[in-house]
Amino acid sequence: MSKKLLLEHIDVEGIRSYDVYRKQGGYQAVEKALKGMSSDDVVEEVKKSGLRGRGGAGFPTGMKWSFLAKPDGVPRHLLCNADESEPGTFKDRYLMEKIPHLLIEGMILSSYALGANQSYIYIRGEYMFVMRIVEQAIAEAYANGWLGKNILGSGFDLDLAITPGAGAYICGEETALIESLEGKRGNPRMKPPFPAVKGLWQRPTVVNNVETIAAVVPIIQHGGDAYAAIGIGRSTGTKLISAGGNINKPGVYEIELGLPVEEFIYSEEYCGGIKNGKRLKALIPGGSSVPVLPHYLICKTAAGEPRLMSYESLADGGFATGSMLGSGGFIVYDEDQCMVRNTWNFSRFYHHESCGQCSPCREGTGWMEKVLHRIEEGHGTMEDIDLLWDIQRKIEGNTICPLGDAAAWPVASAIRHFREEFEWHINEPKLSQERNYGLVTEKTFDAQPA
Amino acid sequence: MTAVMNESRQFTPELLEEVNRIVSLFPEGKQKSALIRVLHLAQAHFGYLDTEAMDYVARLLHLNPIEVYEVATFYSMYDTKPVGKVKLEVCRTGPCMIEGAEPIIAHIEKRLGIKDGETTADGLFTLKSVECLGACGYAPMLQAGESFHEHLTEEKVDALIEEYRANPVANYMGLK
Repeated sequence: MSKKLLLEHIDVEGIRSYDVYRKQGGYQAVEKALKGMSSDDVVEEVKKSGLRGRGGAGFPTGMKWSFLAKPDGVPRHLLCNADESEPGTFKDRYLMEKIPHLLIEGMILSSYALGANQSYIYIRGEYMFVMRIVEQAIAEAYANGWLGKNILGSGFDLDLAITPGAGAYICGEETALIESLEGKRGNPRMKPPFPAVKGLWQRPTVVNNVETIAAVVPIIQHGGDAYAAIGIGRSTGTKLISAGGNINKPGVYEIELGLPVEEFIYSEEYCGGIKNGKRLKALIPGGSSVPVLPHYLICKTAAGEPRLMSYESLADGGFATGSMLGSGGFIVYDEDQCMVRNTWNFSRFYHHESCGQCSPCREGTGWMEKVLHRIEEGHGTMEDIDLLWDIQRKIEGNTICPLGDAAAWPVASAIRHFREEFEWHINEPKLSQERNYGLVTEKTFDAQPA
Repeated sequence: MTAVMNESRQFTPELLEEVNRIVSLFPEGKQKSALIRVLHLAQAHFGYLDTEAMDYVARLLHLNPIEVYEVATFYSMYDTKPVGKVKLEVCRTGPCMIEGAEPIIAHIEKRLGIKDGETTADGLFTLKSVECLGACGYAPMLQAGESFHEHLTEEKVDALIEEYRANPVANYMGLK
């Protein structure tokens, strides 16, 4: 059994309520920090822990915190990014729904570390029912003296509120989230200035993912060193993986980073293998934005090493033969799934979600959707594959925010690894309407012409 | 020229109290931050966001109408045109698709005699395919009002439609 830090008490009956959470040792980390640690001590523990952003980017949390500007007399803010919208990802919802006080405890610790006295949780509007749960838990925390003025007599004040979005994937991007929290359209901002200098209401701001903030609780409770001892290399601690697709046991799992991918997919403790006895065809390990891997690059890297659930191992081989841990949105495809249809589906998603500020993304995502749709429907030409490659290359890196990259990578990786399936759709338009292609041929990777 | 508003086109005292509570979550002068949540309330109360409803919200929050229009037209959860009492929003994105979202959408279309995006003649149901709702492990799924309905089958969808036909209160997203 893997060590559980976030989900240790998830099956305790009533853990959603304050009383049960408290009885299981909840809010002890806040007591420890507010009674015996300075805010710098808390930052130091998080730095020692090696914790990296769990929303997808994997940036070291302690370092992000240390960038926060602290001009005299200007309030600072901590924002929790609960806008979970990356296809394949449903871990933050699980955490907030099941054990909301863990997030609140993490918000208190993190706000204390940053010297923020007014913090917000921004949750996607579709999770309104989850917002009700968290709002109830916030009220309980106020009633029991964990929020408000002079918490535990420490002199530290904190007000915490949760506020919804209204349906926009882009608001998971931190500057779009800030715009949305200010009551505007979710258009990402140009950087610099970075939120750490000018964020919410032009004040210094840190934005962290739900799981990142929750992980601060065990880090303070057990110490940064103990946390860093779990995991592998620079991938320390545990990670929530939301597993879906064609597997026997979809759901949210907490793993120690470094677990072999093969074990995660096939063991009974986790995904329980591929559904209906089918063969594994492809994997998207970190949400729809990260490159898709073909079956022969999933359990082993191109170098023949076992592929591990870690930031480094999943990225091994770069985009040529690797992918990313991303948000931990783990989507498994069996041999019956069509990679062209799936790529078209994701392109439609990014087209729908593009905020429209930058032409390469606004126009390019629509073009990719159209071209992929005609290939899928049996009207494609060979030139369409090159056209797709050209469009995605002209989007990547040419937009204000990473949504452009996120739209480009799935298309690029699908062509890179499943080109023969695209060609088959074009050469066999009738057949491709009747059945799916099946597994792709194992091959060594040749670089795409630039 | 300001027309006198029909009383049914205003918030109830309870809703106005809720607006004040939401505004109080933000610092003085930052009441615009309450806009997204107040628009959810307005949509639930008025059924959809027409110009009159948006102007009303603008007055409530001391904003220019354009600030409300640009938000209401940006976010996908807001309806600026009339919709059915119950919106059935079926997730169509990747993980749901491979677990059978398309047959579920086709089944609802057949069952209600409408296409994706349309509303039934009796004004009861709107069918809308939407992007990822964060229920990928429990696919296929749909959202109606604040409720998620997961692991859908055709039988479950039929039962759900009957349930909502008997008690069509599902679209009140944002109201307790």
